[in-house]
Order: sequence, then structure tokens, then C-alpha cells
Amino acid sequence: MTPDRAISLIQERFGLQAAGEGRSLTVEQLPVERWEEFFGFAKETLGCRFFSFLTAVDWKEQGLEVVCRVENLDAGVGILAKCRLGADPRCPTLTRLYRGADWMERECYDMFGVRFDGHPDLRRILLAQDWEGHPLRKDYAVDTPHAPYR
Amino acid sequence: MKPPAPQIPAPVWSEFKDLQEWEKLHQERPEGDKASGLVESLFDTIEHFPGGWLAVTSTEKLFNWARKSSIWPVTFGLACCAIEMMATFASRFDVERFGMVTWASPRHSDLMIVSGTVTIKMAPMLKRIYDQMPDPKWVISMGSCANSGGPFRHGYHVVKGVDRVVPVDVYVPGCPPTPESLMFGILKLQDQVAAFQKTRKRAQPALHSD
Repeated sequence: MTPDRAISLIQERFGLQAAGEGRSLTVEQLPVERWEEFFGFAKETLGCRFFSFLTAVDWKEQGLEVVCRVENLDAGVGILAKCRLGADPRCPTLTRLYRGADWMERECYDMFGVRFDGHPDLRRILLAQDWEGHPLRKDYAVDTPHAPYR
Repeated sequence: MKPPAPQIPAPVWSEFKDLQEWEKLHQERPEGDKASGLVESLFDTIEHFPGGWLAVTSTEKLFNWARKSSIWPVTFGLACCAIEMMATFASRFDVERFGMVTWASPRHSDLMIVSGTVTIKMAPMLKRIYDQMPDPKWVISMGSCANSGGPFRHGYHVVKGVDRVVPVDVYVPGCPPTPESLMFGILKLQDQVAAFQKTRKRAQPALHSD
């Protein structure tokens, strides 16, 4: 698997141009319906068996964007996929493909409030269970009242 | 592949029964009291005998000398300040010459050194350790984070000063404070312990005297 081969395979199947320099590719504007399909394809066909990270970006009015990177360690090819979510931030889970996605998605839910459909155990991982709001969102003010210290 | 079942249950506040009982007990106690009521009333009675103040002040002096010469801090560190605290306890700076032995149990300790950032999630555990310590007890707030929240003050997750959770006696500034500053803070605390009074009110600062 070479980066050029991966670009042509992604172009063939998803019709998306994977940009990138060297061995790191970026796939922008992936439709949310094909999110899980894309990573199934990346794992099986492109051999990206290493789950690097999953996080989100808050673009204010343009909504949230989920970012995930997987890597093919044998060939040294990494794929970073981005996916814009609508007003209701919902995204399919990747836990069926990568076990490491479990806690990453819980953290993403904790900090950004992205709900991952099909996640086995979607609850807060870092903050307390009775925390209100999602602090890494841009509309979360610094002086938002929190639960008492007790 | 079937996703793994959840292994670690979430900490739910309503399940910590002992903490809630502690809180109830704490609410019933008078504010700012550092000695048990019985000892206090005993000292108060002796003091009101003719010439009794002599006995009270001299025994207090003796007790305070013993207290300040054997301050045992609880062994626990919260963040990077704990590294400097460990250096202070180690052989180069050696606070054992002040009679300090780090003790791994809050039940036998007199001093809590809050060394580092206190997050809102950590605050109940910190309070729990403080509540487990026997009276009289003292707290040193070490470093900017424990003093005021420090560089994380404008974050969403940090307690803005540990004095919002437990009463603090000595604040040591620095990020992190060097072992020398912490030792200076410990010496300041020893001065404070030497003036510790069970019965009468503490000496008020000049600003507040009428």
C-alpha cells in the first residue's frame, strides 16, 4: 500500500480527493452516513489497523466536525478523516471496528457533546457524572456555574 | 466484533454514604474550631481560677512546643509541585530536622500540604482526607494552582484556590515553589503553631483592632 494507491482507492469508492503530502493523507467533508463505512474500508482494504485518535472541532455556526486518524503502520500510511455534523451532533460509532475508539468517543462526548450512535457505554469519562454542559464547545462560557465542591 | 462491556462503574455521589455522613457531622460542629470542646472547657475553667492563667499559658507553651516540633504531613501529592515537595522531604533539604515525618495515613497527621492543582472532581477526595485528620490540623497551600488556580484559573475544571474547599494556614507562592520556599512556609507554620491557643481568641491583626 502506497499513498498514491490509497488516494486512487478512496477516489474510486467514495469520490473524494484525499489531499496530503508524503505519507499522511487528509480526507475532508466525508458524509456522516458513510463514516463507519469509510473506516471499515480503511481497515480492511487500506490496512489501517492502528487507531490513532478521535476528536472534534467546534466551528461555531458551521457546526461540529469530528476528526479521526487511523494508520497503516506496515506501510507507514496515515489517513485523517473529517466529517461535518449538523445541528444535532450525531455520529456513528467506530467501536465495532476499533476497540480503542471506545474511550476516545466517550471523551469526545464528554467535551463536545457529540453523540455516537451504537456506542456500548456512552457516558462521561473525565468530568463528574452530574456535570452540565460540554466545556470544549465555543459557546461554553468560562463562568458557567458548575456542581458544588462538596 | 462485539464491543467490550463496560468494566469500571461511574462514581455516583449518592453512593458515597460515609461522605454524606461526614458532611452532616461537619455541619453540626461550630465553625473555625480546632480543638475539642471538652479540652477547651477544661482549660477555660482552670484559667478562671485565681492565678490559673499561669498554668494554662505554661502548659500551652509546652504543648505547642511539642506540636510544632513534630508536624507530620500526610503523604500525598497532586501535581508537579509534589516533585518539589518530595525534594524537600528528601535528604538534600531534609525537613526531618524540623521533626517532620511524612506519614501515609491522615489519621495520624497534623499537616496537609496541598501540592498542586485541585480539580473540581478531586475536591471531594481532598476534603475527605482533610476530614479524616484529627484536630488540631493545619494546611499549607503550595504553589499558584493551590493558592488561586494559577495558570488554570480561567479553565472550566479547576478549583480557584484550595481555600474554597478547606481552610488554609500558610500560602506558599511559586510555580512551583522551590524547596527553600516550601521550607520557609513550613517555618512560618511552626511560628503559627507556637502561637496556637486553645481558649482565648487568637491575636488579631492590627488592621482589625478597634
